[in-house]
Amino acid sequence: MKALVWHGKEDIRCDTVTDPEIQDPRDAIIKVTSCAICGSDLHLFHNFIPGMLPGDIMGHETMGEVVEVGSGVDGKIKKGDRVVVPFTIICGECEQCKRGNFSVCETTNRKRHLADKVFGHTTAGLFGYTHLTGGYPGGQAEYLRVPYADATHIKVPAGIPDEQLLFLSDIFPTGWQAAVQCDIEPTDTVAIWGCGPVGQMAIRSAILLGANQVIAIDCLPERLSMAEAGGATTINFEDESVVERLSELTDGKGPEKCIDCVGMEAHVMASQPDTLLDRAKQMAMIENDRPHVLREMIYVCRPGGIISVAGVYSGLSDMLPMGAFMNKGLTMRTGQTHVNRWTDDLLRRIEQGEIDPSFVITHTVPLEQGPEMYEMFRDKRDSCIKVVLKP
Amino acid sequence: MFHFSNIVRTKGDPKIIEGGPSPKQPADQLARALGWFSIGLGVVELFAPRRVTETLGMEGSETMVRAFGLREIVAGIMSLSVDKNAGLWARVGGDGLDAAALLSGLTADNPKKGNIALALLMVGGIAMLDYRAAQDTKPRRPARDATRKLFPSRSGYPKGLEGARGVARQIAAHANKSPSLNPS
Repeated sequence: MKALVWHGKEDIRCDTVTDPEIQDPRDAIIKVTSCAICGSDLHLFHNFIPGMLPGDIMGHETMGEVVEVGSGVDGKIKKGDRVVVPFTIICGECEQCKRGNFSVCETTNRKRHLADKVFGHTTAGLFGYTHLTGGYPGGQAEYLRVPYADATHIKVPAGIPDEQLLFLSDIFPTGWQAAVQCDIEPTDTVAIWGCGPVGQMAIRSAILLGANQVIAIDCLPERLSMAEAGGATTINFEDESVVERLSELTDGKGPEKCIDCVGMEAHVMASQPDTLLDRAKQMAMIENDRPHVLREMIYVCRPGGIISVAGVYSGLSDMLPMGAFMNKGLTMRTGQTHVNRWTDDLLRRIEQGEIDPSFVITHTVPLEQGPEMYEMFRDKRDSCIKVVLKP
Repeated sequence: MFHFSNIVRTKGDPKIIEGGPSPKQPADQLARALGWFSIGLGVVELFAPRRVTETLGMEGSETMVRAFGLREIVAGIMSLSVDKNAGLWARVGGDGLDAAALLSGLTADNPKKGNIALALLMVGGIAMLDYRAAQDTKPRRPARDATRKLFPSRSGYPKGLEGARGVARQIAAHANKSPSLNPS
């Protein structure tokens, strides 16, 4: 089969690889009908997250049709079922899964010794996202083996296009959880840093959860226009001061809720010297992340407020203003998304026409064009916001 | 065909049968080679400056050679990073400094002026490669003032923004139905 394979920094190729096989009775194989490039795939493209090996298949936003099941799936899915595959692999049986904390499933990371060492405890296995999370082959391919498939799937009905359902795999529940973690009240202002695909979903989620005002921060006109269409007031941080503008929009009090949809690769600007220093340290491999957004959120957030982190961070972040964080009594909530916790509700909302997540797609191309689309997405050429690949 | 990466694959996982084309251009390979060369030269200049100054007949310039070594290492690291274009332009600038420093030592009474002439020749050749690589690895990001597509009609709410806000108001009215962090 064809698959997008990581060969090194900025080197993803469309290779011919062997087809996946059932390895465990709880496995299933799906024929991929649609998959997407995620913003967090760019961290791997840039080799900023350690643990990728040449030959790893990329991709964790995937859906398709079940073509083979193991003997242990117990009828929960069967050949011919149409499924979206969550990026988190879950067993459904461990203590964390039973609590709904699916992204920290204790069972599915088959290389848990690595995660135990690096993070202190293992987290769930993830598709196509380094050997720290299991080294599972990803879904930017014609076929995908889904481990623990009896639990790791979202069954979806026929009659709704792939484009409306595909993002249940990651970015829609990620944006949703980022907003839910804010405990949004009807009087709240929610500020969202980053208007990429997850930021766009977080904006819509905050609106659907009843925020009084949503403020979106980015520097790209196409993303800001999409954010405005979703009901946000926008700030272009290259044209105006984020701190001053947020103060104006909140009568000097600051937003009650702040959401980070940027993560470890914050924009580098000469006018923000901390971003230059972070980039230099990241280049010299003495800091993993560029946490400018975290610093700014802590500074502007209203005392007693909540900071929700959906953007991916990989390791060590320097110079976080813990004094402000502690003295302002802020709460920070983070985490990879517990996808299956939210998908029943989100699927219902799609079916009822409350939201159509396909609005974010700007490019749909064959899988073979994947390598060039990584570069286009990274460089923001052709106003690219979200790429869907068709095997 | 043998693919080295296949030996670390877990049994049953897909293995590469035939590799696809690499998006890497010759300029990327050149940038990588220049990056490692820069680091190598920088290490020599930083830790063995006397050997460098003796070879060039420029004794007493060890501090300057150490500083140049540090500069070479920084430019090399940048050339190996995703910001390689900045690193390569830093190297072009560094080549100019190297040439100026060498010319200052090209005096009639320098018994090693032949070595300096050779070094100048090498700096010139490397500078041409640096310039070529910097030109060929220019970032392909659109200029800030480039025309962009805008998406003012992509709300994502089939029933409109007011419809979405209405859904939220219904949820607020039935607060017990709103999503909670604790599903149980």
